[in-house]
Amino acid sequence: MIPQELLYAKSHEWLKVDGENGIIGITHFAQEQLGDLTFVELPQEGDTFAAGDEFGSIESVKAASEMYAPVDCEVVAVNEALEDAPEKVNEDPYGDGWLMKIKITGPTDGLLDAAAYEKVTEEDAH
Amino acid sequence: MPYVPHSPEEIREMLDVIGVDSVEDLFAEIPTELRPKSFALPKGKSEMAVLQQLEEMAAKNTTDLTSFLGAGFYDHFIPTAVDALSSRSEFYTAYTPYQPESSQGTLQAIFEYQTAMARLMGMDYANASVYDGGSALYEATLMAVRKTRRKKIIVSEALNPIYRVMLDSYTTNLNLELITVPHNHGRTNVKSITAAVDKDTAAVIVQNPNFFGSVNDFTEMFEKVHEHKALAIMSTYPVMQSVLKTPGQMGADIAIGDGQSIGQPLSFGGPYLGIMTCTKALVRQMPGRIAGRTEDEDGKTGYVLTIQAREQHIRRQKATSNICSNQALCALRTLIHLCLLGEEGLRRTATLSVERAHYAAERLTAIDGVEMFTKGPFGNEFAVSLPVNAFEVIDKLTERGIIPGFPVGRYYEGFENVLLVACTEKTTEEQIGIFAEILRGTI
Repeated sequence: MIPQELLYAKSHEWLKVDGENGIIGITHFAQEQLGDLTFVELPQEGDTFAAGDEFGSIESVKAASEMYAPVDCEVVAVNEALEDAPEKVNEDPYGDGWLMKIKITGPTDGLLDAAAYEKVTEEDAH
Repeated sequence: MPYVPHSPEEIREMLDVIGVDSVEDLFAEIPTELRPKSFALPKGKSEMAVLQQLEEMAAKNTTDLTSFLGAGFYDHFIPTAVDALSSRSEFYTAYTPYQPESSQGTLQAIFEYQTAMARLMGMDYANASVYDGGSALYEATLMAVRKTRRKKIIVSEALNPIYRVMLDSYTTNLNLELITVPHNHGRTNVKSITAAVDKDTAAVIVQNPNFFGSVNDFTEMFEKVHEHKALAIMSTYPVMQSVLKTPGQMGADIAIGDGQSIGQPLSFGGPYLGIMTCTKALVRQMPGRIAGRTEDEDGKTGYVLTIQAREQHIRRQKATSNICSNQALCALRTLIHLCLLGEEGLRRTATLSVERAHYAAERLTAIDGVEMFTKGPFGNEFAVSLPVNAFEVIDKLTERGIIPGFPVGRYYEGFENVLLVACTEKTTEEQIGIFAEILRGTI
């Protein structure tokens, strides 16, 4: 369940890099840990974040968690469909449940590949 | 954890950490004349003596005046059952209902209160109440600022001036730009307000009926406000919402009001009750508590606090407000009052109040030199221009047992001759007649 082509943050966000652009979401592991989602709070178009900045929050029937930018970025678009249907993140975290499209403005060096992230999830799960 | 006072050793330890010798040194900053010891209070008295003294002081109040005072707070009849039911110990002493398993009654009452408020205002959601109408207005303003991320707030000068003062002082350090649009002879200046809205505007704030009693339909203006992606905030007088076009019908995003007029007595300025309602799109921005109805795993109905991820007790740093308490008991009184009256009863209360006010306006303006100041439709309150200073008239009539109203000049410079007069279902035609005749003889 961990797509090979994506990059990952230890805080369970994924990043799909496409040249200067990217898409951010949370991982299958993260949505599973949170349980049924009830609300996703996303930033606005044009907002900028440094890697590690909080960009929004996600609430489930169990808990509310902050989400952190995996890379320096500017928000190009947010997934407005989540406003009415946060469950899309549960159903398809790497597809319809994407969170925001960004312009990448910093290095992605610090991020994990699929194998390294898998180790993180194994440690977190235990 | 039991309450354990500090032992002398613990006090010594704390003082050592701070680096002072004694508790007295700790308070050295406070001048001795401001210390309780310097107050030279008289020796303690017996309970009987204290009661006698308090009764003597209380007897100095005049309590049998006929009042036409409104200006945001109104003397409506409160059914006796409101006192009886709301003073049941389950409600009177209830702990803030964080734990649904021990607070079902309180939570259900809050849920029903919210439902009643949302229906009355024609809005989607209500919270479990805040302190008073003024703080509800401030919270509504901050909701708009958070939602739009803009700083400009356009305020009608016909909004209750007490609320405007509160808004000014609450937002002093928030770098908001408050723009007050002057009233037009007591009318809300719809044209100027509409013209002032632009892409930097977070919200416009208007009131219906406005401070001068004048009734508006803001539907078209709110459409214009929304074209600029700003929000429309409407302050209301809840009793009148039973007979007027509601904020929801006009397209308001947030409607607020003070619940005093439904179930709380006029009592030297409180306690009051802040009503807050909003559209579905804004419910996440609403401060305070919201009770919801749900089902347990056996399908039984249960009530819980909901959408509270930003409540003070869960993620304090994310809280939408630093006002941490609601007015649960006052909200309960409002709910009971509404349930006893029903839709029809509330409408009758409003209609009677309006009829009495219109009769009063007729009687007062029949006096030479007294003219309507409020132009156009009005509800249970209106302003008249007098040929003399309104403050002096109030002094003279109060001596004769009648409080004729509120002096508009207290908040609006240049309108010292304008008197704001309110009626409720409690006002009798006889009282209005006496008021008119005494006024005629006074001016």
